[in-house]
Amino acid sequence: MIPALVVFAYLGVVLYIGIFAFRRGDRGGAAEGYFLANRSLGQYVFLLSLFGTNMTAFTILGSAGHAFANGIVTYGLMGSSSAFLIPLTLYLFGTRIWALGKRHGFITPVQMYRDRWECGHIGTAIFAMQAALLVPYIVIAVMGGGTTLSAVSGGFVPYWLGGLVVAAVVMSYVFLGGMRGTAWVNTFQTVLFLTFGAAAIIFIGISIGGFPQAMQQLLDSPETAPLMTREQVAPRFFFSYMLIPLSSIMFPHISIFCLTASKMGQFKKTIIFYPLCILAIWLPCTFLGLAANAMTDVPGIEEKIEARATLADERELLTSAETADLQRAAAGDDVIILMLEHYAPLWLAGLLGAGIMAAVMASDSQILALSTMFAEDVFAYYGGASRFGPAVQVQTGRIFVVVIALVAYVIALQLPPGIFGIAVQYAFSGFTTLLPLLIAALFWRRSTKWGALAVVIWTASTMVAVAVLQATIPAPVPGTVVSVWAINGIDVVTRTPGGTAVLGFMPVLPMLLGSSLLMIIVSCVTPAPTAKTLARYFSTPHTSGHVEPV
Amino acid sequence: MKRSVLTILVVALYFLHQDYWFWFSAEPLAFGIFPVGLFYHAVYSIAVAVLMWLLIRFAWPDHLEDESGPPVSSGEKPS
Repeated sequence: MIPALVVFAYLGVVLYIGIFAFRRGDRGGAAEGYFLANRSLGQYVFLLSLFGTNMTAFTILGSAGHAFANGIVTYGLMGSSSAFLIPLTLYLFGTRIWALGKRHGFITPVQMYRDRWECGHIGTAIFAMQAALLVPYIVIAVMGGGTTLSAVSGGFVPYWLGGLVVAAVVMSYVFLGGMRGTAWVNTFQTVLFLTFGAAAIIFIGISIGGFPQAMQQLLDSPETAPLMTREQVAPRFFFSYMLIPLSSIMFPHISIFCLTASKMGQFKKTIIFYPLCILAIWLPCTFLGLAANAMTDVPGIEEKIEARATLADERELLTSAETADLQRAAAGDDVIILMLEHYAPLWLAGLLGAGIMAAVMASDSQILALSTMFAEDVFAYYGGASRFGPAVQVQTGRIFVVVIALVAYVIALQLPPGIFGIAVQYAFSGFTTLLPLLIAALFWRRSTKWGALAVVIWTASTMVAVAVLQATIPAPVPGTVVSVWAINGIDVVTRTPGGTAVLGFMPVLPMLLGSSLLMIIVSCVTPAPTAKTLARYFSTPHTSGHVEPV
Repeated sequence: MKRSVLTILVVALYFLHQDYWFWFSAEPLAFGIFPVGLFYHAVYSIAVAVLMWLLIRFAWPDHLEDESGPPVSSGEKPS
């Protein structure tokens, strides 16, 4: 019960931060004040809040669970790839989004696309695509909140109440504090899980008598030794996973967050320290997930290892229902919680539970981003702001925050979590496939609105195709693949246990290549934006092929 | 530092992520606990931070800040 009380105290603190931000903020009703904190965030809040925004339930719970099942590959797949690409995209694109936002008064990326390509409804199509990809995140965060609160209270708080409490708290501080409140809460959350993540490693390490013994135990066992290498992962899969973090800058809450910096210099510390923050969070999570395989004395972990062994040994004999049950039993998303319950003192388990809640509640930025986009890209664009004024526009955004939180809560109660886990997987590929929009808008003066529309249609079509393929062809048992399309004996498309592969690569690779080609081809055969518009975006004329984007 | 050198470093680091040479090795264990493949990627993350520092030190796009101009007042829409 003590961990649950600590978590409730934590929820009280973040709620107070939202109220404090509301009191400190601009209550005059200006949209920029509520949605962008008046573009006034300092460098440390900018770094910690941006990092916290990217840390979700998946980072803390999912990464450890992935490492528990797959070993050290987890860090290379998701940690070091993000450490490289997220700061690089902030450097290349984030700074330019900031500059254009400040120069032209943009609050959302869709405003930039509409202005850059002189389009209206195509901008609405981009909004719809981005919103559709973002919603699963919000739902899964409510689900994670319900599960975590239920787990840390030992079942005293039921799932439905846990989800309701988390949805209500997030909704309240986003409603009241807007971007300022969300940024402060994210900063507080990041400090919390950076601090207590380190404490978790130390306590667990001391409790098990040191990690070298555990690692040697894993090396000596033929079942666990492969987890210490990447022999179970195909290099092509690993290579194509390197494209996934390109999605980060395309997430609306990240690109909108780029507009909140008071000066472009605020990006500098974020770009340098972001890889180190990734290292500080992902390395312990991956390592603990891996080490959990040696902690068979922890109740719950041994059952998972047994379920995994049964899956591997008897997969030919199992029915699909038995396979699904065993996969659920072997899933490692809660191994960190199990280790903490076993090894950490109660007070620390509570604080760490609060740290985990901090990551689980990262939906705040997504809710605010959706609300911002609706208020700016739909309500204001279609005449609401000019008819009713900026104060009503902000109130509309606030109402939309409430509506999103309620809808997410209702969906979280109704549908099985697996659906949204898959949807979140698609979202990463989807946002990566949309990247040519941003690159073309910022760097290629000849790009057109029709090229942008082609990218959106291609993204939607390929995502639906992959979803239909995976829904109609059941996942094969681990270690095998099903050929879907082969040419001259070469498998082009295969159904894999984890999804789909194209020539051994993740679908995101052909999806990104396709959207890039479409942007180029369609733009070349359609009329370019007017010279007046181009002059506002590119400071030097297009004579030698070299273009200096503003 | 020339931009071409920085570009080469960025491309090189992108491909150095694909460390095929440690694919099948667990040992040596760095500090007695980190399998070599994991340790490589931890060091890789630090190398990325150094590269980012170099980019900021030698290729920071100052012109963007100069050209961003005074902020447009809230509520004002782009023309």
